[in-house]
Amino acid sequence: MQQACEPALGDLALRAANAYQHGMPLCARPYQAMAQALGCSEQQLLDTLRRLRQQGVLNRVGPVFEHRRAGASTLAALPVPPRDIPAVAARISQYPEVNHNYLREHRYNLWFVITAPHRDRIDQVLADIAATTGLAPLDLPMVQAYRIDLGFPLEAPA
Amino acid sequence: MNTHPALAPCQARQLRRLLETGLPLAAQPYLQLAEQIGATEDAVLAQMRHWSDSGLFRRVGLVLNHRVLGFRANAMLVLDVPDALMEQAGRQLGGAAGVNLCYQRPRRLPDWPYNLFCMVHGRRRDEVRARIDLLLRAAGLHHLPHRLLFSTRAFKQCGGRYAPGNNHE
Repeated sequence: MQQACEPALGDLALRAANAYQHGMPLCARPYQAMAQALGCSEQQLLDTLRRLRQQGVLNRVGPVFEHRRAGASTLAALPVPPRDIPAVAARISQYPEVNHNYLREHRYNLWFVITAPHRDRIDQVLADIAATTGLAPLDLPMVQAYRIDLGFPLEAPA
Repeated sequence: MNTHPALAPCQARQLRRLLETGLPLAAQPYLQLAEQIGATEDAVLAQMRHWSDSGLFRRVGLVLNHRVLGFRANAMLVLDVPDALMEQAGRQLGGAAGVNLCYQRPRRLPDWPYNLFCMVHGRRRDEVRARIDLLLRAAGLHHLPHRLLFSTRAFKQCGGRYAPGNNHE
């Protein structure tokens, strides 16, 4: 297990993260509007966001696409023999269609999300994965969403 | 205000592809995007508003990496919910504080019997486990077959790539 060494976020970063995970102004100078609400300068906010991106805390700023409107997606899983995990995980991550790719504690231990413009392409990727790994993927597309919010509340670490 | 999409279809496709990797961290991010696709800032903003209003975006904002922030205990709770109970169970768990995602997905028998998926993040495993236990008891769902699949490693985490012809970055 990795030693916990979370980057200290700082007050402005924490407030920005909490205020703008769920939405931000859609206007020509969004960072200026956000900075005004946070009580700092546009430059200070941009510097803070750049630092967060360098630290890996901020993946990106912008839209999270709605799967069903943006294209097709599925959650897939493979039962990978432990000794093959590094190779199979690397192989899966190579697909541009795969975004999240996680190891989890279960017989089905490699879990990943596939997104594509159309379902046909997802079927191709799944078939390709089955052919190259010799493992049968679970294909678990969403049937119904009961909660889709991807943000989460942040507190200053105790 | 003009409600028609303001960009040519090929420009709109290019813009979507650029958006998948995020907005530039610059004072006028939409102007930078506009310059890359040969359009005006106003046209890009109009297109963004059109997409936003039509539900293409789930949200527009800061997308954070929870693992880097110390939310390392990341559990996928999966339950085998009888079809007749699904709507109620989905609403209860989806509405609970601390549940980030709650989706119904198909069972794949005999390999996979679970049909309701919830994501719960926390700093420590025992804390997440206790929270989920409480949640299931409060919802009266703890008697249903369920499993907690904690993640032990993230190999890849980025936004979805939906736009056609997007094969790198």
